[in-house]
Amino acid sequence: MDSIPSIRVKNLTRQYGAITAIQNVSFTVNKGEVVGFLGPNGAGKSTTMRILSGIMSATSGSAWVGGVCVAQSPHEVKRKIGYMPENNPLPDDMRVVEYLRFRARLKEVPSSQLRSSVQEAMEICDLARTARRKIIGTLSKGFRQRVGIADALLGDPEVIIMDEPTIGLDPHQIQGIRTLINNLRGKLTVVLSSHILPEIERSCDRVIIINRGRVVASGTSDELREEFLPGNRYTVEIDGTAENLISALSANTIQAEILTEEATANNSVKLTLRAYGEGELGPQLIHTLSTSPNLELKSLAPRIPNLEEIFLAATKRSWEETIESKPKKLNAPQSNAPTKEAMSSK
Amino acid sequence: MRHYLILLKHELRMLLISPPTYIASVLFFMLMGFLYWSIIRGMVNAPEEALPSVQFFSVFWIPVFFVVPLLTMRSIAGERSTGTLDTLMTTPASRVAVVLSKFSGAYLFYMLLWLITLGFPLIASKLYPQAASSGALLDPASLIGGYLFLAISGLLFIAIGIFASSVTRSQLVAGMLSFALLFAIVVGGQQLGNIANSSGNLAEWLETTVNYLQIFQHLDDFSRGIVDTRPFFYYTSTAALLLGLSTLVIEAKA
Repeated sequence: MDSIPSIRVKNLTRQYGAITAIQNVSFTVNKGEVVGFLGPNGAGKSTTMRILSGIMSATSGSAWVGGVCVAQSPHEVKRKIGYMPENNPLPDDMRVVEYLRFRARLKEVPSSQLRSSVQEAMEICDLARTARRKIIGTLSKGFRQRVGIADALLGDPEVIIMDEPTIGLDPHQIQGIRTLINNLRGKLTVVLSSHILPEIERSCDRVIIINRGRVVASGTSDELREEFLPGNRYTVEIDGTAENLISALSANTIQAEILTEEATANNSVKLTLRAYGEGELGPQLIHTLSTSPNLELKSLAPRIPNLEEIFLAATKRSWEETIESKPKKLNAPQSNAPTKEAMSSK
Repeated sequence: MRHYLILLKHELRMLLISPPTYIASVLFFMLMGFLYWSIIRGMVNAPEEALPSVQFFSVFWIPVFFVVPLLTMRSIAGERSTGTLDTLMTTPASRVAVVLSKFSGAYLFYMLLWLITLGFPLIASKLYPQAASSGALLDPASLIGGYLFLAISGLLFIAIGIFASSVTRSQLVAGMLSFALLFAIVVGGQQLGNIANSSGNLAEWLETTVNYLQIFQHLDDFSRGIVDTRPFFYYTSTAALLLGLSTLVIEAKA
């Protein structure tokens, strides 16, 4: 069983008339993984998810869910998938429990287990006590979202696909949904899309970044960091000028590049440095800067690029080059990449 | 089949809890009650050839034009615009089951409305026992024929509404489209017949085709108690065609 990936997508292409929504999208998601789908608006996230859930057919390419081809046996696939569409549409004039029972019946839950499985889904989503008999139209956004997730959980799916589950929620509710996803980890395969990047970074094992209909990157956030923003980064605050800093560093054979420069009060400057070299350069930097005569080191901190920066770097890169011509590893510092990063970092 | 029954049950439940249903039925009964009353009034003032029930059935097109669009415009277009059609599509329920359940829900309700109008002659026969005893109010041939006609033609009318609802996401457009299609079918067929009659010599095959579309002619036959199979095939086959098209549209436009 473990050898079959939960989701396998190969060269998926979908065109809407002349517009290509996704092109040659390929990826696999293994059993029990929580995968985040990232991409700007109109990148093709929803299209991919809709094709996977069998609502829409692809123009070309193939997709398998749990080893079953989506195009050949859509009904089989629909039994394996719990899908929560974008904006989570729900009928406004039904009660939560009625709606979930209706959905469970449609998803072929045997009638002997109907009550218990609805109850279980409501308990997982924390609906059982609070909102059980409420009319869906009167629920707050967070509760509606939970009803959507509970619905996706019904019928024992192998894969849960959620299109922007945290959109429009307050931080508490986002936290709640994150714990919920964490609870599902290992039991189910979860695919979710979002543009809330910290959200994805915290809850997903792996990230697939998609831009303009192509997969531009895929991997854990560490791998992506390595690929898109290599090198050690530091935030340094000094009394003195950037030129002094560079000369002091090069005198000590540390190769570095200044990515951003920001003057702060009391003629000190705040710099983002990118140092080339393997291993931890922090002590070396501290030593160099504190001993150089015309500089005074005020603070130094390593700077780990967050997913946002990786995302910007990855989507930026895909504007300039297509995935086909993408080199496997980017090692040499790019001349134009830092300018965008410079804009993105604070 | 199992999905169809689940969906149908859901459909009927939604019909029962939604206010537009009640508005449509109140309007329908007010209008039909008024029409029946004025037919009876007319009979009091002057002798009439046709039975009150025959006259009553001959105005069937008035409620059809507004009840059918009101009942069906929401069904698929509404689900599509709120997005619940998508969630329905991710369940193992087939698209045929979805369309058929929408159709049957609306059809059953439509027929329920018509069957309740059976109350009008019953009330009238209580009020005018003499008329009732002469057999004018509760003539079984015309009543059975008339309701049979409504049941069969209803298949087509509701299918038109469902089809109109399936091609768009706007309920307004769906309503207008189904009104226009109903108008074309009911009045257009009639006009075609008039033109054909006035011009006189039509080719035989064309004449049969035109006769095939004469909805009022069908009604005339049925309400005299003549049950013809030709209109029966016309209505059911066209309804099946439209429902099939709706299924395809949903499949393609999902």
